[in-house]
Amino acid sequence: MASTRFSVLSSSSLSSAELLSPTGSSGRFSLPSAPSITTAVGPSKPLVRPNIYDRPLNKTRSAEVSASAFAFLFSEIVQYTQKRVGGINDFERRLNTLGYRIGTRVLELMIWRTEGSSKAPKREIRFLPALMSIHNNVWKAVFGKTADGVEKSVENADEYMIIDNDPVVTRSISVPRELSQLSCSSFTAGLVEAVLDGLGFPARVTAHNTPNVDHPSRTTILIKLDKSVLDREELFK
Amino acid sequence: MAIFGLWIINKAGGLVYQRNFTDGLAQLSANEYLVLAGTLHGIHAITARLSPTSGASSGAQVIEAETFKMTVHLTATGTKFVLLTSLAEPHVAATAALQKVYEAYADAVMKNPFHTPEMPVRSDGFDARVAAIIPAS
Repeated sequence: MASTRFSVLSSSSLSSAELLSPTGSSGRFSLPSAPSITTAVGPSKPLVRPNIYDRPLNKTRSAEVSASAFAFLFSEIVQYTQKRVGGINDFERRLNTLGYRIGTRVLELMIWRTEGSSKAPKREIRFLPALMSIHNNVWKAVFGKTADGVEKSVENADEYMIIDNDPVVTRSISVPRELSQLSCSSFTAGLVEAVLDGLGFPARVTAHNTPNVDHPSRTTILIKLDKSVLDREELFK
Repeated sequence: MAIFGLWIINKAGGLVYQRNFTDGLAQLSANEYLVLAGTLHGIHAITARLSPTSGASSGAQVIEAETFKMTVHLTATGTKFVLLTSLAEPHVAATAALQKVYEAYADAVMKNPFHTPEMPVRSDGFDARVAAIIPAS
């Protein structure tokens, strides 16, 4: 599943193996040339701040980033993407792919953190607990709050929804009328898709604007599960 | 005590946002507003150089007429926020409202990927924030 996901970047000549390896292509992953190594050579300058790669991963409280700084970064990401796409579908798929790359890391980090802190670390193998864990834990880790609701589609058995009344990612974004179909939360959808993929629940995840009177920026993350997941859930019963 | 309108003038003197909050104001065309904003920009530039005391001047901050007054807030980047109010509106309230509008501008306009700097502001998010700061009367 992962390799088919990355083939979305078909304009790139890189193979999926190169994309998945952080050392494979220096152009795609702009890794800074580890400053701790270079400063360690010079004896006159003692290292004050540890390199970002050497910092502990489980300090969740001090690892928070400024929402403003993220808003500016995400704004540039959207502008960059907009210049390179043909239509809204393409636009959303690109944002989804970017979110996917974050989601794989989020899942890994969360599992690593629960292994360190909890006495009985657990891997979700049933879909509903996994969905609730995304609704609570992933949202808390990424956005600092839980999502505002989980729903199951009435019409389709393979569709589930996560509702966010005021997504942090799109808080400062006003989409112009000519692009009203666009939901920048496709980025979040990609993140959710990566977490589900990583847990073994392949799905297609999309984001949709579903505003209501109280919450003009209300967004629904729609999860369309792969048939294999439903078949497996059937066996659990 | 009333707030009549809000203008935002970019650093080149172009009017990028204009909104009225009170009914019954004199009806002006978009072109007339542009001319007025450009003129205010020029006057502000002159007043900034006229200071009789030594040192830099921030330029005009309040301009009072018989029936209204305008309060100007100049930002570090050269954008001007102008609030048109009645004479009774206290100076503190006007500057506080401008400061809040500036904050909303930073949040809902400058962080919006679909906004082009120095171009007219068309953002539903900003309209909503301004409406919350300055209720229409």
